[in-house]
Amino acid sequence: MNFEYSSQQVSIQQAIEKICASFDADYWLARDRDGVFPNEFVAAITAGGWLGIAMPEAYGGAGLGITETAIMAHTIARSGAGMTGASAVHLNLFGPNPIVVFGTEDQKQRFLPPLIQGQDRACFGVTEPDAGLNTTQLVTRAVRDGDHYVINGRKLWTTTAQTANKILLIVRTTALADCKKPTEGLSLFYTDLNRESIEVRGIEKMGRKAVDSNALFIDNLIVPIEDRIGEEGLGWKYLLHGLNPERILIAAEAVGLGQAALARASQYAKERVVFNRSIGKNQGIQHPLAVNWMELEAAQLMVQKAASLYDAGKPCGAEANSAKYLAAEAGLSACQRAVLTHGGMGYAKEYHVERYLREIMIPVIAPISQELIKSFIAEQVLGQDKSY
Amino acid sequence: MKVLVTAKRVVDYNVSIRVLSDNSGVDLNNVKMSVNPFDEIAIEEAVRLKEAGKVEEVIVLSIGTSASQEQIRTCLALGADRGILIETDVEVQPLAIAKCIKAIIDKEQPSLIITGKQAIDGDNSQTGQMVAALAGLAQATFASKIELNEDTATVTREIDGGLEVITVKLPAVVTTDLRLNEPRYASLPNIMKAKKKPVEVLTPEDLGVDVTPRVKTLKVTPPAERKAGIIVETVEALVDKLKNEAKVIS
Ligand SMILES: Cc1cc2nc3c(=O)[nH]c(=O)nc-3n(C[C@H](O)[C@H](O)[C@H](O)COP(=O)(O)OP(=O)(O)OC[C@H]3O[C@@H](n4cnc5c(N)ncnc54)[C@H](O)[C@@H]3O)c2cc1C
Repeated sequence: MNFEYSSQQVSIQQAIEKICASFDADYWLARDRDGVFPNEFVAAITAGGWLGIAMPEAYGGAGLGITETAIMAHTIARSGAGMTGASAVHLNLFGPNPIVVFGTEDQKQRFLPPLIQGQDRACFGVTEPDAGLNTTQLVTRAVRDGDHYVINGRKLWTTTAQTANKILLIVRTTALADCKKPTEGLSLFYTDLNRESIEVRGIEKMGRKAVDSNALFIDNLIVPIEDRIGEEGLGWKYLLHGLNPERILIAAEAVGLGQAALARASQYAKERVVFNRSIGKNQGIQHPLAVNWMELEAAQLMVQKAASLYDAGKPCGAEANSAKYLAAEAGLSACQRAVLTHGGMGYAKEYHVERYLREIMIPVIAPISQELIKSFIAEQVLGQDKSY
Repeated sequence: MKVLVTAKRVVDYNVSIRVLSDNSGVDLNNVKMSVNPFDEIAIEEAVRLKEAGKVEEVIVLSIGTSASQEQIRTCLALGADRGILIETDVEVQPLAIAKCIKAIIDKEQPSLIITGKQAIDGDNSQTGQMVAALAGLAQATFASKIELNEDTATVTREIDGGLEVITVKLPAVVTTDLRLNEPRYASLPNIMKAKKKPVEVLTPEDLGVDVTPRVKTLKVTPPAERKAGIIVETVEALVDKLKNEAKVIS
């Protein structure tokens, strides 16, 4: 068992830290204020070849695992870029994985290099207004018409759809009533986000203002067969393949953001003098910070364990979900504590921690809720009856 | 032309260091380690010379524990072609380091040796100069500009009160100052390539160098904490304090 990063992993961490060092807290504060997409940051990440970290070498990627990708995502969030920085590049990192695993050679040639070079930007359309976490109930429909499909329906929360030109879309190709199981009859497409047929409406939200999430209204979108990933009807299986890495990445980001908050809280606790001594001298202030540290470290270990299982080709469902759960809890607790440690200043934007607290809610809520993870662990690991 | 550059593993410049409670040294446990920033500048300069077609090969040398491989890999990712680690667990001091570098110069015969002007751990600023003396080579320290000619180098040096331009015969030892260049970031494709570049591991014994420390550290203490400042109400009050309390103006 080895808990140390390899020298290559250290290089990755340090290179990302260097890029992030040019985007300081004031940069992210300004984006939180003006809501402008962090284009300069994404350009710097793209220029370093980082978008291809998990993509195969044959298409211009680096062919590394989720372990390294998680180190990258963690380092971005931890730099203070938080969920704004992480979400701005997140989808390009592992989102295209279904194409890598299930796409044809032609699709890989067409789709992967432009994603890695940052010419294409993808978004991910899974969630729907009337399906919620019960994803198989989604109702957006694709109907085959000769050499293409016609898609109609709605998607919700689709992140970066304002700037993306591509969308990975899961839709029904066979009506639920005609399927033996709800997991059947779903198909996966990777296609142009054609704004003539897709209306993208931004959702005003609590945090991460600079990285948009949207409601999508899809109206007679024509998708050529060549843009269908894998076989018709097997979309659910393809989607499942990417769920664990997605959870691992988001967990790594939550740990990183929690650590950014904890670093600010610790610094402030040392500097702020009240009753003629630094507030950090009080155990009431320093003990919760110590607990935050332990919780974040433990969550980070679970992230690493899940990632190394995935990279070794082993089952990692329980670990990936646990990592997401533990990281979200530890991150939330640290961000909350960071605000409290700052007293009134914790509520002021210029101290940054209130922004972290608003952003950490994202990994708590998405891509799967804490409740459903508990249901999953109870059922899959502990053999309890399925509760949902 | 071959260039030899050095890369020392030091505590990252962002880390606020802590002195061990027994005052025997600095706490290195769980502390982030990096390439000495002045060495990074040296690597950058060598790589730029290579990119300009003036240099064929850049060799990076580190002397220290096996963990220094990390720093060598970082430099390979920045563009160096191959690495040499002289592995030792002894806490190496400038003279020992200089002797090791001299041994590698004898072995590799580089035309140019670029080192940092100092390492940010000991801040000794001795190694480059000692290497030049031991190897009988010209030296140009605190460089802010290097121009390679046929068999000389024209180096601009940062000296008290201004800049000095000197020409040295090659092979020469140049030490880097802060303004020589701004090091690049390692890109992911270059980190991947670095993995495949060779790193040779030697020991001081292999090179016949005795690295036993000659200087003994008696005690390490943190600098006194700075007292909090005060805010004065008026310019007059400031001038008065500077004159009568601080006595820095008269
Ligand atoms: C900022 C942000 C970005 C997002 N980006 C994307 C994106 O790019 N693409 C995309 O497809 N989606 C995205 N999402 C959507 C996200 O994945 C969903 O919001 C999430 O999966 C939860 O689904 P829901 O909102 O429909 O919640 P619901 O399913 O409506 O659940 C509501 C609540 O009820 C609880 N609940 C439901 N059923 C049970 C049960 N049986 N037992 C116990 N509790 C239960 C849930 O835990 C939750 O607390 C994003 C969300 C956010 C907030």
